[in-house]
Amino acid sequence: MAFWNLVRRSPWSARIGLAIIALNVFAAIFAPLIAPYGETEIVGDVWAPKSADHLLGTDQLGRDLLTRLIYGARNTIALAFVTTALSFLVGSLCGFFAATLGGWVDMLLSRIMDIIMAFPTLIFALMVLSVVGTSIPAMIVVIALLDSTRVFRLSRAVAMDIEVMEFVEAARLRGEGIWWIMRHEILPNAMPPLVAEFGLRFCFVFLFVASLSFLGLGIQPPTADWGSMVRENAGAITFGIFIPLWPAAAIALLTVGVNLVVDWFLHMASGLKE
Amino acid sequence: MSPLKELIFKRIAFGALTLAVISVLIFVGVELLPGDLAEAVLGQNATPETVAAFRKELKLDLPAHERYLAWLSDFVRGDFGNSLSNGRPIAGLIGWRFANSLFLAATAAAVAVPLSILLGILAALYRNSLFDRTISMVTLTMISFPEFFIAYILIAILSAELGLFPSISNINDQMPLWEKLYAVFLPCATLTMVVTAHMMRQTRASIINILGAPFIEMAKLKGLKRLRVVVVHAFPNALSPVINVVALNLAYLVVGVVIVEVVFVYPGLGQLLVDSVSKRDIPVVQAAGLIFATTYVLLNLLADVLAIISNPRLRNPK
Amino acid sequence: MSHLLEMKNVVIEGLSGRRWQPIVKGVDLHLNRGEVLGLIGESGAGKSTLGLASMAYTRGGCRIASGSIVFDGKDLTKASRSELRNIRGVRIAYVAQSAAASFNPAHTLLKQCVEVPVQHGLMSYQEAAEKAVDTYRRLLLPDPENIGYRYPHQVSGGQLQRAMVAMAMACQPDIIVFDEPTTALDVTTQIEVLTAIKEITRQFRTAAIYISHDLAVVAQLADRIMVLRDGELVEEGETRQMLANPQEEYTRALLSVRKTRRPSNAHALKDDVLLEVRGVSASYGQGVEVLQDINVKVKRKTTVAVVGESGSGKSTLARVVTGLLPPLKGTIVFDGEELPADLKARDRESLRRLQMIYQMPDTALNPRQKLRTVLGRPLEFYFGMKGKEQEDRIIELLDMVELPPEYIDRYPTELSGGEKQRVCIARALAAQPDLVICDEVTSALDPLVAEGVLELLQKLQDRFGMSYLFITHDLATVKAIADEIVVMWQGRIVEQGVKEEVLTPPHHEYTELLLSSVPEMDPDWLDNLLARRARKRARRRPDGGPGRPMRQPAPAASYNR
Repeated sequence: MAFWNLVRRSPWSARIGLAIIALNVFAAIFAPLIAPYGETEIVGDVWAPKSADHLLGTDQLGRDLLTRLIYGARNTIALAFVTTALSFLVGSLCGFFAATLGGWVDMLLSRIMDIIMAFPTLIFALMVLSVVGTSIPAMIVVIALLDSTRVFRLSRAVAMDIEVMEFVEAARLRGEGIWWIMRHEILPNAMPPLVAEFGLRFCFVFLFVASLSFLGLGIQPPTADWGSMVRENAGAITFGIFIPLWPAAAIALLTVGVNLVVDWFLHMASGLKE
Repeated sequence: MSPLKELIFKRIAFGALTLAVISVLIFVGVELLPGDLAEAVLGQNATPETVAAFRKELKLDLPAHERYLAWLSDFVRGDFGNSLSNGRPIAGLIGWRFANSLFLAATAAAVAVPLSILLGILAALYRNSLFDRTISMVTLTMISFPEFFIAYILIAILSAELGLFPSISNINDQMPLWEKLYAVFLPCATLTMVVTAHMMRQTRASIINILGAPFIEMAKLKGLKRLRVVVVHAFPNALSPVINVVALNLAYLVVGVVIVEVVFVYPGLGQLLVDSVSKRDIPVVQAAGLIFATTYVLLNLLADVLAIISNPRLRNPK
Repeated sequence: MSHLLEMKNVVIEGLSGRRWQPIVKGVDLHLNRGEVLGLIGESGAGKSTLGLASMAYTRGGCRIASGSIVFDGKDLTKASRSELRNIRGVRIAYVAQSAAASFNPAHTLLKQCVEVPVQHGLMSYQEAAEKAVDTYRRLLLPDPENIGYRYPHQVSGGQLQRAMVAMAMACQPDIIVFDEPTTALDVTTQIEVLTAIKEITRQFRTAAIYISHDLAVVAQLADRIMVLRDGELVEEGETRQMLANPQEEYTRALLSVRKTRRPSNAHALKDDVLLEVRGVSASYGQGVEVLQDINVKVKRKTTVAVVGESGSGKSTLARVVTGLLPPLKGTIVFDGEELPADLKARDRESLRRLQMIYQMPDTALNPRQKLRTVLGRPLEFYFGMKGKEQEDRIIELLDMVELPPEYIDRYPTELSGGEKQRVCIARALAAQPDLVICDEVTSALDPLVAEGVLELLQKLQDRFGMSYLFITHDLATVKAIADEIVVMWQGRIVEQGVKEEVLTPPHHEYTELLLSSVPEMDPDWLDNLLARRARKRARRRPDGGPGRPMRQPAPAASYNR
C-alpha cells in the first residue's frame, strides 16, 4: 500500500519507467502463455513483413519475431538479473567486510578490486570466454565477478561513511558483534544507495550481456535472446528491413525504464536525508 | 619528496603493478585451458610429431615462468608470435589495425570532448532550465542505449533511407584524409553520441558540485561578475574532476570501439579480437587483449596523474 | 536623518518540497552609520537569512517574497544585477562562519583580497595589495607582508578568519555582515578574532550586522541587539539596556543561561574511587603522543570535567577509557580492577557499567531505528529483557529523560536536537551504568536546550548516583556541573583539582588564559580583558613591545576527530 502511495505521488517519468519494467517482467514470466508461437518454431518466410499473423514480421529463419522478442525478454532479463544478483552478493559482502573489519583485510580486498577494475571489462570478458569457451555459466560468473568490483567500491564507501557514525561506535561499545552491527546498524542505512546501484548495475550488466550476445559470444542460438537477434538479423538493415531495430529497441527501452525509476528513487532518497 | 610527487609516484607504481598483473593473468589464463593447447588446436587427428612440433613452436615444452618471461620480452619487442588460424605473424595482423582503431577513437574524441565539456558547463550553469532538463533527458536515454542500437538507427536513417553515408566503413592507407573521415562518419557519430552522453553528465555533476561550494557564494557576495565567478573561481577547482572525467572516457572510448567496429565491419583491432575469440585463436587474443588493456590502463593512469596535478590543494602543499 | 540600511516588513521564503515556507516572517531592521547591530537567535531563527538579505542575496531555494530593503536611499529589491554587484563587496561586505570553506582553495589570500577593489575598478592592484597588507597588520596577523602569498589551507583557522575580515575591509565598506564568525573557533582564538573585528569597525567607523547564537559574544560588539525566534522579532533594544532589563521572557531565558552553578560535593566521598586512569600515554600511530602521562581519578557519584581546546587530547582520553584506543602506556582501573586495554577484550558486565554519550545526537542515533529498538536493544543485550517487560522499562526510561511514552514508536529524525540528546541519555541509562562519559554533550545544542540537558544530567546523578566524566571545551558548562576539574593542554594535564580550587586564583597560566577567554554577559568584558592583558604584558616587558596579543599555545592539529 505504501508503494501505491509513492507511485501516486511520483512524476510521470517514473511511472513510465515502472510501466516499462512491469511490461517486461510480465512478458518474461508468462512468455509461454502469451507468445503466439513456439520459441524456435519456423512459421513463415524469411523476413516476412508485418501481417495479422505475424504482428512484427518474421526473422532470418522465418520465425515469428514477436514470439522471439517475448522469449528473448525471458532469457536476457533472467540472465542479467541472476548475474547482477551474484555480483551484488559478492561485491557488497566483500565491501561491508572490508569496511567493518578494516586493517589488512580491507587493504588486500581493495588492492585486488583496484587491479581488476583497472581491466577494461569487455576485453577481460572476451579473453576469458576465448579461453573457457562460450557458455552461459562462464559468462554469468565472469561478468558478475568483474561487476562486483564496482559494487564493492560503492558498498565499501557507503559502509565506511556509516561506520564512522557514532551510533556504530555506540553499538561497539555496547559489545555487539560484527554480524549484528552489519545487519542492524549498517545495512538499513546502506539500503537506499545500494538499491539505486542495483538498478544501475542491472542496466550495465544487461547491456553487457546483450553486447556479448551481439558479438556472438553470449547466449547461443537457437535460444531467443535480444542481443543475438540483432546480430542474426543485422544483414536485413542494408535491404531497408528494420527488423534488427526491434530487439535493439527492446533492450534500450528496458534500460531507459530502469534508469528512470532509479533517478526517481535517488531523488526520493536524497529528499529523505534532508 | 613533496607530497605531490609522492602521490604521482605511487600512482605510477600502481599502474606498473596493474600492467604486470594483467600480463600474468592473460598468460595464466591460457595455461588454464582444459587439456593441452596444442591438442585442442590441432584436434584429435594430429600425429604425435605435429603436436610436438607445435608445442615447440609455442614453447609449450618450457617451464611456465620461463615461457612467461620469453612471451613478455617478445611482446615488448613487438614480436607477438604467429596466428594459429593462418600461421602469419601477429605483429603484421595487428599493427595497422590498431592504428585504424586509434584513428576512429581519436576522431570521435576530437568531437566528443569539446562538445561534452561545453554542454556540461552550460547545463550546470543553467541548471533546471528547459535546456538542462532536455539535455539531461536525452543523455539519460543515450546512455541507456546499447551502442549497436544507436549504430543501427544511424544506419537505418542515414545509410539505408537517405543513402548519405556508407553502412560499411572500409578504410585503407591509400585514401586521403577527408575520404577516410567520410568513411568513418557513422561509427564516429555512434561513438561520439555514447561518449558525449557519459562525459557531459559527469562534467555537469562535477561543475554543479563546485558551484554549490561556499567559496562560490563568497565570490558572488564580493560583487564579482558571473563570468569571473565561473572562470576564476569555479574553473580552477573544476579542472581536476573534469580532466579526470575526460581521460576516463577516453579509456572507455578505446574499448568501446570493439562493438562499433563489428557493426560497421571496420578493419580495426576490435574486429580482429572478436573474430579471434570466436575462432579461439589464442595468441592473437592474447596480443590484442594485452594491447587494449595496456592502452586502457595507461589512459586511466594519465587521468589520475592529471587530476592530482590539477588539484590546487595538492599543488600548493603546506 | 534616514538610516543607512532600512529593511521593512521583510518576508523570506524557502522551498520545502514543492511549497514555499516562510523563514523570515516580516521583520523590520534598521542600521545607522557606524552602528553595530547584533542579531541573536537559536538555530532556525532566520538570523543568517536575514543578514544575507541585507545584501539582497538569498541562498539557493530561497526568495525574498515581500518587503523593502533600502540601502543609502536605494531599494535593493528593485535594483538591477549590475547595481547589486556594485554594492556587494564594495559597500556591504560579508564575513562567513567557515573561513576554510569560504576561501577559494585555488588562489592565494592576497589575490582573493585585492580582487574586490581591482575588479570593481576602484584601485590598482598595487594600491589594493598595499592596503591589504596594512589591514593584515591592523588585524595583527603574523608576517603581514607575506601571509597574503599563502593559500587558505596553509594558515590556521583563527588567522584565516581574520584574513576574511581583511578581505571584507578591502573596499572600506559601509556595512559588514558578520555571520557567526567565531562559532567554529576555540575560546582563546575567538578572542583574537573578536578583538580584530572590534578594532577594525571602531577605526573605520564601519557599520556591522553581527549574527550569533551567543549573547555574551554579541554583547561585546553590538550597540543594539535584536532577538529573533522562528523568523520573528522577539525584542529589540540598546545592548546595555537589554542586558540589564530584558522585556521578554525568551530574552530573560537566553540571559540566564550559564548562571546555574552548584557547589561541588567532592569532599564528601574522599576515597571512593570508581575510575582511575594511571599514567596513560596514547598515540594514533605516526609517533606523535596525543596523550602524555595522564592521571585522573573519578570518585563515585561525582562529576569530573575534562576541559581543553581542540588538540588538547580530551576526546582521546575518552577513547582510551572506553577501550576504543588502547594506550601505549598506563592502565585503566575501574572499581578496583584493571580493565583490558582493548574494548574487544572487556567483558559484557564492565561494558555495561561504563556508558558513553556523544556530542552529535544526530549521528549517535541510528536514523533507521525506532526508539523502541534504540532503547530496547541494551535492555535485551545486558539484561535479557523482552516483550512487555522491555516495553514497560522503555517507557520508564523515556519518563526519566522527560519524554512522553508515545515517542516509543518514533524515529530519531522526528525529534528535535534536544530530544535526541535525551534519547541518548536514556540509552546510557538503560544499561544502569556506574560511569557515564559525556563527550561535549551540549556543544551541538542551542543554549537553552543545552541548559535543560545539563539540568537533567544533574537530576539523574542525584537520583541514581552514577559518576560522570565530562569532556568539554566550554568552561560555563564546567562551572555549572563539575565537582572536580582537569585542565588539559596539548596532551598533558596542566592543572587538576576540586572545582573551587581550580577556579580560584592563582591559576596555572593556561587555565588563566582559558578562564579569562570565556565571554561574559557584560558589554565591557572584552575591553576590560584586553586592558588587563595589556597591563600584565607591560609589567612583564618594560619596553612595552608591539601591540601583539599575548602569546598563546598554538593549537596543535586537531585530534578531536
